Amino acid sequence: MTEVLTDAPPERDPSPADSNEPFLVVENLTVQFPTYDGLVQAVTDLSYTVQLGETLGIVGESGSGKSVSSMAVLGLHDVKRSRLTGSIRIGGKEIIGASNSTMKRIRGNDVTMIFQDPLTAMHPFYTVGAQIVEAYRLHHDVSKSVAKRRAVEMLERVGIPQPDRRVSEYPHQFSGGMRQRAMIAMSLVNNPKLLIADEPTTALDVTVQAQILDLMQDLQKEFGSAVVMITHDLGVIAEIADNVLVMYAGRCVEKGTTKQILTHPEMPYTWGLLGSIADVSSDVSKPLIPIPGTPPSLLNPPDGCSFHPRCRHTDKVEGRRCFTELPELVQQPQQTHPTRCHIEDPDTIYETEVKEEIM
Amino acid sequence: MSEQTSTSPKSNGTAPLLEVRDLVKHFPVKSSGVIRRTIGQVQAVDGVTFNVYKGRSLGLVGESGCGKTSVGRVITRLYDPTSGSMKFEGNEIATLSSKAMLPYRREIQLIFQDPYSSLNPRHTVGSIISTPMQVHKTVPKNKMVARVQELLEVVGLNPEHYNRYPSEFSGGQRQRIGIARSLALNPKLIVADEPVSALDVSIQAQVVNLLQDLQKEFDIAFLFIAHDLAIVRHFCPEIAVMYLGKIVEIGDRDQIYLTPHHPYTQALLSAAPDVKQAAVGGRRERIRLEGDVPSPINPPSGCRFRTRCWKAQDICAAEEPPLLEVGGRQVACHFAEPLQVIAPEALTFMAPSDGVENETVSTSGSTAL
Repeated sequence: MTEVLTDAPPERDPSPADSNEPFLVVENLTVQFPTYDGLVQAVTDLSYTVQLGETLGIVGESGSGKSVSSMAVLGLHDVKRSRLTGSIRIGGKEIIGASNSTMKRIRGNDVTMIFQDPLTAMHPFYTVGAQIVEAYRLHHDVSKSVAKRRAVEMLERVGIPQPDRRVSEYPHQFSGGMRQRAMIAMSLVNNPKLLIADEPTTALDVTVQAQILDLMQDLQKEFGSAVVMITHDLGVIAEIADNVLVMYAGRCVEKGTTKQILTHPEMPYTWGLLGSIADVSSDVSKPLIPIPGTPPSLLNPPDGCSFHPRCRHTDKVEGRRCFTELPELVQQPQQTHPTRCHIEDPDTIYETEVKEEIM
Repeated sequence: MSEQTSTSPKSNGTAPLLEVRDLVKHFPVKSSGVIRRTIGQVQAVDGVTFNVYKGRSLGLVGESGCGKTSVGRVITRLYDPTSGSMKFEGNEIATLSSKAMLPYRREIQLIFQDPYSSLNPRHTVGSIISTPMQVHKTVPKNKMVARVQELLEVVGLNPEHYNRYPSEFSGGQRQRIGIARSLALNPKLIVADEPVSALDVSIQAQVVNLLQDLQKEFDIAFLFIAHDLAIVRHFCPEIAVMYLGKIVEIGDRDQIYLTPHHPYTQALLSAAPDVKQAAVGGRRERIRLEGDVPSPINPPSGCRFRTRCWKAQDICAAEEPPLLEVGGRQVACHFAEPLQVIAPEALTFMAPSDGVENETVSTSGSTAL
């Protein structure tokens, strides 16, 4: 029963020595959707890398391009309706422009995705077992009974009680947390090296969220896979990510290690995000500091820095550059991590004005 | 009964705006077939007792399916209670006919979770906000537009936009429209059912601050229903924790969050992610709850939490623990004892609770801030 599980990790085990580049490399990715209203610039010039065994958290509001960029990694965008440029390499293989048959081999095998809402992501007419079996048999030439044994084993691994009975039940017979576990089982059945989790816990209660996050961390340790965690919840990021990428209006505006971003953010949008969340241990006498306004339309994003209409610190940059000139994602000599902002000395502003408000 | 009434120190002496006693709401489960016999009851709310005071907020937290939304719906009489009593300013409203209920509907309003489905897409913002005032005939027709514009301004929207449709607004703005509608009749109590959970983080803070400002300005009491422990703590000086149709712990914010006594409250708090805590390197020891919430059709005997509780003994299955005063709050557990879940360093600035609370919550008659 368990021999498939136990010998699986070595066969897939990452050997970082022989790979010269990180497992996932996204370079200058731009995703645009032509529509009747104009060109939606969903993702612009996004670059990041993820090593095996590492978790990257992508944070941003709805419409910031975090899901669109990750769907591009799986090759899920319709080539007729979207324009993709740049480069995405998974284990050295180029994804952009890859043929459908190549993508089919990668998708569900090397790279899998956990979706936000397991009830809509799973097929209501097929049993949970049948859906896991399908995913397994697509990439493994095995009989149905072997695949079913594997499905039961995976359900057991993700903590579903009575897996041999549950395997022949339908998604609606599972509770929300169970369904998410089943989704995780399905996505891990082929021992993927890269797992993309798109808001995997947003639809769940806190206690179940904690269970799922623990499970994902355990499984990542066991299989040594790379994880991209897309979420708007900084609490989830704080729990599980090693590195964080903050997205705003389709662009990366700040990236660094989780500790750097959470304890020493240097971009006004990240300051705003941290200031606008309540915490179970924060001071209740302080009002929350919302970011004024709403995210910009990606049909015609604002000139200059896309955050400038909502930014409180534009007066600290000389010559109205925030309004006219798009800042580059660069790391200033005095900075610990790169940001996309014109402010010369974010450190001082953070220490003197912002820290007091958000910590 | 009287020892069950939740009395927080700051509300002593004033009569509660809303007194809820042993409120029960069961939904019948019908069999399929021609004769639809009742074959069971979903015990959504099963004996809930609490008070809401004028101009103050009571938070109701719990996991999905614990009955918190049902409580809100029963209080607004969108559902009829199965049994129990609800007194609004001393008058019993649980059994009133819909006609006799009408004057009270004006006083108790609802804010819904989803700003997309709770506004009619074919009505203009003006007609959405003015409908309650037309129904209750509180504003003459010729003053209606002025009143709608005033309300739009109060919630921070452009008063010129009263002729627009909901689809022209963003999620946060729509929620403001919903809030304007609930304010239209000058209610004394607003039941806010997950008012911010459908919004983006940066917008959530805008709406929470708006609700707090409105509370100060109009002296409105809130029953704030949410699953987000941090938002509830920020908004409500008093908090009730629900599990499977029952209140398991109710008390002041700091009592609940600093020294939770009920194992479920402890587990819930330990599971809440804490950005600022994690940022300084600390990570809370998580209490892992096994399994899922049991079905409310057939809840466990005795204490309903016992199937997932690590303290459960024989007595928990045999006897239902009553809601008793322990350590300054009420808790329903045979083995109630404090357990600090949130790390001490995070608590340093929370200790002087009275000073903090008097500032954030302006009770009636207190000095304006």
